[in-house]
Amino acid sequence: MSMTPSAAVQLDLYRTMLRIRRCEEQLARSYAAGKITGACHTYVGQEAVAAGVCAHLRDDDAVFSTHRGHGHALAKGVPPRALMAELFGKATGCSGGRGGSMHLFAPELGMMGTSGIVGPCILQAAGAGYSFQLLETNQVGVAFFGDGAVGNGAFHEGLNLAAIWDLPVLFVCENNMYATEVPFDYAARNTDVAGRADGYGMPGECVDGNDVLAVHAAAGEAVERARSGAGPSLLECRTYRTRPHAEGMGDGGYRSREEIDRWRQRDPIPLLAHSLVDESPTSADDLEAIAAEVDAEIEEAAAFAESSPWPDPATVGDHVYGGGS
Amino acid sequence: MAGREITYTEAAREALTAAMERDPTIFVLGEGIGERGGNFNTTAGLYDRFGPPRLRDTPICERGFVGLCAGAAMTGTRPVVDFMFVDFLLDAAGELTNQIAKIQYMSGGRLRMPVLLRGCVGIGGGHATHHSGSYYPLFVNVPGLRVAVPASPYDAKGLMAAALSGGDPVIYLEHKSLLGLRGEVPEEDFEVPFGQARICREGTDVTVVAIGPMVPRSLQAADTVAAEGISVEVIDPRTLAPLDLETILASLRKTGKLLVADESFGPCGVGAEIAARVMEHGFDDLGAPVRRLNGAHAPTPYSAPLEAAVAPTADHVADAVRALAEE
Repeated sequence: MSMTPSAAVQLDLYRTMLRIRRCEEQLARSYAAGKITGACHTYVGQEAVAAGVCAHLRDDDAVFSTHRGHGHALAKGVPPRALMAELFGKATGCSGGRGGSMHLFAPELGMMGTSGIVGPCILQAAGAGYSFQLLETNQVGVAFFGDGAVGNGAFHEGLNLAAIWDLPVLFVCENNMYATEVPFDYAARNTDVAGRADGYGMPGECVDGNDVLAVHAAAGEAVERARSGAGPSLLECRTYRTRPHAEGMGDGGYRSREEIDRWRQRDPIPLLAHSLVDESPTSADDLEAIAAEVDAEIEEAAAFAESSPWPDPATVGDHVYGGGS
Repeated sequence: MAGREITYTEAAREALTAAMERDPTIFVLGEGIGERGGNFNTTAGLYDRFGPPRLRDTPICERGFVGLCAGAAMTGTRPVVDFMFVDFLLDAAGELTNQIAKIQYMSGGRLRMPVLLRGCVGIGGGHATHHSGSYYPLFVNVPGLRVAVPASPYDAKGLMAAALSGGDPVIYLEHKSLLGLRGEVPEEDFEVPFGQARICREGTDVTVVAIGPMVPRSLQAADTVAAEGISVEVIDPRTLAPLDLETILASLRKTGKLLVADESFGPCGVGAEIAARVMEHGFDDLGAPVRRLNGAHAPTPYSAPLEAAVAPTADHVADAVRALAEE
C-alpha cells in the first residue's frame, strides 16, 4: 500500500511544510516584536504530520486541532495572511480577531477550530464522524492532538465512541515527547500510543512523524478506511518541536541541547528535500524556486496582517447568540 | 369544549417526535434512551420509529458524548442529549462552557451550535444529592447558552419545539415533580418563543416570579392568601436565558412588591439576578425590598424529612407573600 507518491505530490508536501515553517518563523519574529500577544505555540519540527495527513483531505473533511494548531490550519488551506492577521488580532484574521493563535476557525475550508483546551478536539472529530455517518456523506473527521492528550479522558471516551459506532474518523497523535515540559515517559507508564488502539478495537499505527512520506502513506490508508465506512483509526506520529513550548518561554531544564540538536538533524523539510533531489527528477533549483514563492507569500502575509484594520469594538457582542430560538 | 390533556413528558416527546419527523439532521443520544425509551419515557416509542443513528444509547461517558455532540453540531447535524438527570451534565462542564457555548462566537457566527441538552432537575422522590440538582444559575451565567424551565405541559411542548428549530445551544430542564403533570396541549405543532414570560395568575398586591415547580406551588399559595385578602400575581419566566424582564417590571409597576420563588440555590442565583435587574430598571416601583425564597444551600439529603427540609413549599411561598404584603 505504501507507494511513494508522485514527484508532484511530494513537491506539494514540500511546499506545505515550508509554508508552515516560514510562516511560523515570521510569527516568532512578530511575537518578539510585540505584534502578537498571549500564547503562541509553534509547530516547528512537526510540519510533516499536518502536511502528510491533510494532503488526503478534501475541503469538506473536518479538522479539529489543538493549541499547537498553526500547521494544521495552514495545511488545511487557511491562507497565511488570514492566519497571520488573526494572530495580529486584526479584523481580517480567520476568526476576525476573536481567537488569536489558539482559536483558528475556517469552517468553509473544513478547519473547524483549534482549541486552548487539550482533549475536546478528539471528541469533536468523533462528532463530525457522527454527522457524516448520519448524513451518509463520505466525509471524514480528523483530530490532531499531542501526547499530552493521551492521558486525558477525552482520548479514552472519544476513541471508544468512534470505535463502537464505526465513525469515519482519523485520530492523529503527534507524540512530541513533552506535554508543555512534562515528559511523556513520566506521564504514561505505557508510552506506546498506537498500541492503545487495540484496546478500543481499532487499527493503530506508529510512524516516523518527521518522515512526511511515511505519514502520508499511513494517513492515506486511514483516511480511505474512514471514507469507505470501515471505521476509525489511530495514527501515532513520533516527532519533536524544536522551539520552546511557546514563544517567549525558556527551553531549558527539561530537555537537553543535545536532544534538540539530534532532532534538528532530522528536520522533516531537508529530509524530504534530500530525497527529492536524490530520487526524483527534482533539482535543487526547483526547490529554491518553491522557497522563493513561499517567502514572497509570507512577506505579503505579514504586510497584510500589519496593515489590516483592527476589529470594531462595537462588534464585541456579535454572535454570542445566533438567534432563531 | 375542553382541549386534549396530556402529561408534561408526553408533551415534550410530541414536540421531539414532530421535529425528528421534519428534520432528518436531528439525533438523540443518552443512556437508556434507545429501546428502553428513557428512564423517564422521554423517548418511549421513538427507537422503533427512528433507530440508530437517529436515536442511540451511549456508554456512560457524559464528557465524551457532549463533546461529540459539539463536533456534530459544527458539521451540520442537530444533536439532542438526553441526560436522564442533569446532574450528569456537570461531568461535561468543560465541553459545554468552553466549547458548545463559545463556538458560535469564536467562529464569528460561521458555525451554528444547535445542541439541545435536556434532563431532569430538582428535589423530590428521595433521589439524594447526585440526582436532585438544578444548577441552572451556572448555565445562565455562561454567554451563548439558552436555558428553558418549562412548568406546564403546554410549555414543555412549545419550548421543546422552539429549542429544536432555533440555532443556539439550549439547556432544557424538566423538574421531576412536573413530569406527570397533566394539562391541555394542542395536537398541532406550535412554539413558545424563548424570552416570553407567562402571567399565570393576575393580581395586584404582590408579584411572585416562580420558576419550574414553584409555579404550581405559588399558584396554590396564591389561592391560600387570596382567602386572606392578598392578591398575588404569579409570573413564570419559562426561560431564564433569555429572561423576560419587561413582564416582571410591568407587574411590579402594578404591585410594587416582588418575591422570587426558586427551588435552586440562592447565592448568585436567579433570584439574585432578577433582584439586581429590578433595582437597576425598576427601583422607583419597589415598595419593599425584593424577597427571595430558595432551596436550602446544602446538598440534597436522602431521608424524607431531611429532603423536605431543603425544598421550598407552597406554605413557604404563602408565608413570604404575607410578610411582603405587610411591608
